[in-house]
Amino acid sequence: MAVLTEEQVMLKDAAKGWVSERSPVSALRKLRDADVDVGFDRAAWAEMGQMGWAGVVVPETYGGSEFGYRSLGLVLEETGRTLTNSPLVSTALFAASVLTLGAGAAQKEAWLGRIAEAGAVIAPAIDEHAHHAPAATALAATRSGDGWTLTGKKPFVLDGMAADAFIVAARTSGKPGEEAGITLFLVPASAPGLSRTRLKTVDSRGAADVSFEGVAVGADTVIGQADQGFGLLDQALDRARAGLAAEMLGQASQAFEITLDYLKTRVQFGQVIGTFQSLQHRAAKMFTELEMTRSCVEAALDAIDSNGNDVRALCSLAKAKASETVHLVSNEMVQMHGGIGMTDAHDAGLYMKRARVSEALFGGASFHRDRYATLMGY
Amino acid sequence: MTDSAPTELDAFRAETRAWLEQNYPRSLDAPMAEDDAPWGGRRAKWSNPDAKLWLDRMAAKGWTAPTWPTAYGGGGLSAEQNRVLQQELIRLKARPALMSFGLWMLGPVLLEYATEEQKQKFLPPIVRGEIRWCQGYSEPGAGSDLAGLQTRCEDQGDHYLVNGQKVWTSYADQADWIFCLVRTDTSKKHEGISFLLFDMTTPGVEPRPIKLISGSSPFCETFFDNVKVPKDQLVGRLNGGWDIAKRLLQYERQNISASGFGGGAGPELEDVAKAFVGVSGGKIADPDLRARIAEHRMYAKAFALTVRRAEAESKAAKGPSAATSIIKYAAAKMNQDRSELMVEALGTQGLGWEGEGFDPDALKATRAWLRSKGNSIEGGTSEVNLNVVAKRVLGLLDHQ
Repeated sequence: MAVLTEEQVMLKDAAKGWVSERSPVSALRKLRDADVDVGFDRAAWAEMGQMGWAGVVVPETYGGSEFGYRSLGLVLEETGRTLTNSPLVSTALFAASVLTLGAGAAQKEAWLGRIAEAGAVIAPAIDEHAHHAPAATALAATRSGDGWTLTGKKPFVLDGMAADAFIVAARTSGKPGEEAGITLFLVPASAPGLSRTRLKTVDSRGAADVSFEGVAVGADTVIGQADQGFGLLDQALDRARAGLAAEMLGQASQAFEITLDYLKTRVQFGQVIGTFQSLQHRAAKMFTELEMTRSCVEAALDAIDSNGNDVRALCSLAKAKASETVHLVSNEMVQMHGGIGMTDAHDAGLYMKRARVSEALFGGASFHRDRYATLMGY
Repeated sequence: MTDSAPTELDAFRAETRAWLEQNYPRSLDAPMAEDDAPWGGRRAKWSNPDAKLWLDRMAAKGWTAPTWPTAYGGGGLSAEQNRVLQQELIRLKARPALMSFGLWMLGPVLLEYATEEQKQKFLPPIVRGEIRWCQGYSEPGAGSDLAGLQTRCEDQGDHYLVNGQKVWTSYADQADWIFCLVRTDTSKKHEGISFLLFDMTTPGVEPRPIKLISGSSPFCETFFDNVKVPKDQLVGRLNGGWDIAKRLLQYERQNISASGFGGGAGPELEDVAKAFVGVSGGKIADPDLRARIAEHRMYAKAFALTVRRAEAESKAAKGPSAATSIIKYAAAKMNQDRSELMVEALGTQGLGWEGEGFDPDALKATRAWLRSKGNSIEGGTSEVNLNVVAKRVLGLLDHQ
């Protein structure tokens, strides 16, 4: 853990304390078993808002603390540790980034304050296929009068059931696959023609398939410039990738620590299994990956906060490494726990299920290796 | 040594840049051949006299050992100033003025464990590149289990008498002095080891080069037959050498790692792949190779960020960061992966041994690939490194 400011240490400690008390893994289990359709605890989300976590990257003018991405990463790492379900990623990270970076004054006024106090959930309706591909946007937005009409589908929208509004990537010109011709819209969930269907996913979060059937929206719902939305989207996605990577680092770190404890307590052949060299080496390799991932995550978040010129490559690096590491560690968590690791009663399965969803969200290791190579010119 | 304020640091940068630009001999801009590596020592050969001039100029400022105290010939720089110096050297693409086990390994432990007289005697010649040191650690029966070493050292009243054999002594045939682990008590294992310095020209010392699969001979077997060593050349206490030995290994692994086993030299992997595999739509034409190159390059970037983070954290905590422990293991993997990918990208051009029909860079890459197999063995095998992480960092216990 690199050197933190006093403010950051306080934020991290507060997050650590809160999740252990209010949001241990058993809270996720309860949500799952109660079959809550929004996939998170609204009371807990309100508390997160009161503590200021929803407004960490929101400008002070709009009620946020403007502490920056490194600080939000600290909160996400702690909430990741206990698999806390909340709209931090969809709303406090992604939507707050889009709006802060690209929205007009009226949109900021209308939404950023609500985000900062956890008074609204805004979900990213970006991808349209089974794999992350923002440039492949096809959902059609056509001009009608002063406004636009949206028609198309957005599957697997994170926090889609709880969303008060969606940030929708739509095709306003050009062809799917082209970066030019994409426009971002801020569409209220109540807009006529918008419907959502709940998805039951492995991680028990409130994802939804969202359908737009001739949804008429005003010109004031366009975020930034029409046809020029990809740059803004990519910038906001990078912030989301780095922040999500911090959450995944937390997930992987906790999964590793639980596993390490088990290696130190489970006795077979008359000794604790952690004395076996094959398991020691695998544990040491996981530790190596976790340390390398931490370096990437911190570098990406710092680059965002200092407006570095290598933000894109570092965010792809962080998301790819975090994806590889949480994949490895969550699998090893199941394997090293043996029989108990296969059971629903143990948390290992919950870590593995959440890991796979986090890996896929905003691009997995393979997507980001390709992007990294392209950015580097090969 | 306190942190310098930003403005002072800016001034230091300006002065440093001006001095370097004035004093770095431009004839050294040409690529450095392996034979030109500036190891110094009594038998140093300088194919380009400017390389010696560069060493002398840097040594006069103490900048071959930038952070060592000026009292022992060092530069007396703070960590920040040293970082600026290193950045400016990189900016100039300067060759190293001196490469030296004395600088990287022995000097730091002498600063910590040696007597004042020993520091005065041994450190300044290291800074000036006058004495080239080699490392007498491994033995035929003591590799990963280093503390099992058997080279005997007996107290003969007015001197020590050393008998035994070392192996994997890097460049022992070219070194002037050796820092050597010897057994001074056969009744104990770790507590029976001492840390001894002696001249390689002492009668009874005989190094023999070992030829590796790469064709090169960076290592030797070194034999000691009734070697007489003055008693004031013992560092630390008698039978107290194991702590010094371990500390030196930390410096060795740190240094190996910071240099990434020298893997950064030569053409970039992606450029080689583009040249030998082809390009399609601006990308390396073989998508599988391209993905594996990207994976490796990202690992290398993560590694570099980890080295930087470990430095920053060690400094803030005034002790090694947990990240330090994984660096040697990761560096070995990184360089081996890179070497394998390089030879794969070169195709049959990567399979030449010597002579006509092969590009000199390709031949170098092939030899480097073979040499890289040692990276996970030398300086502690990767398996031993993982043991160390498991036990010391993760707190896992020994098998009973």
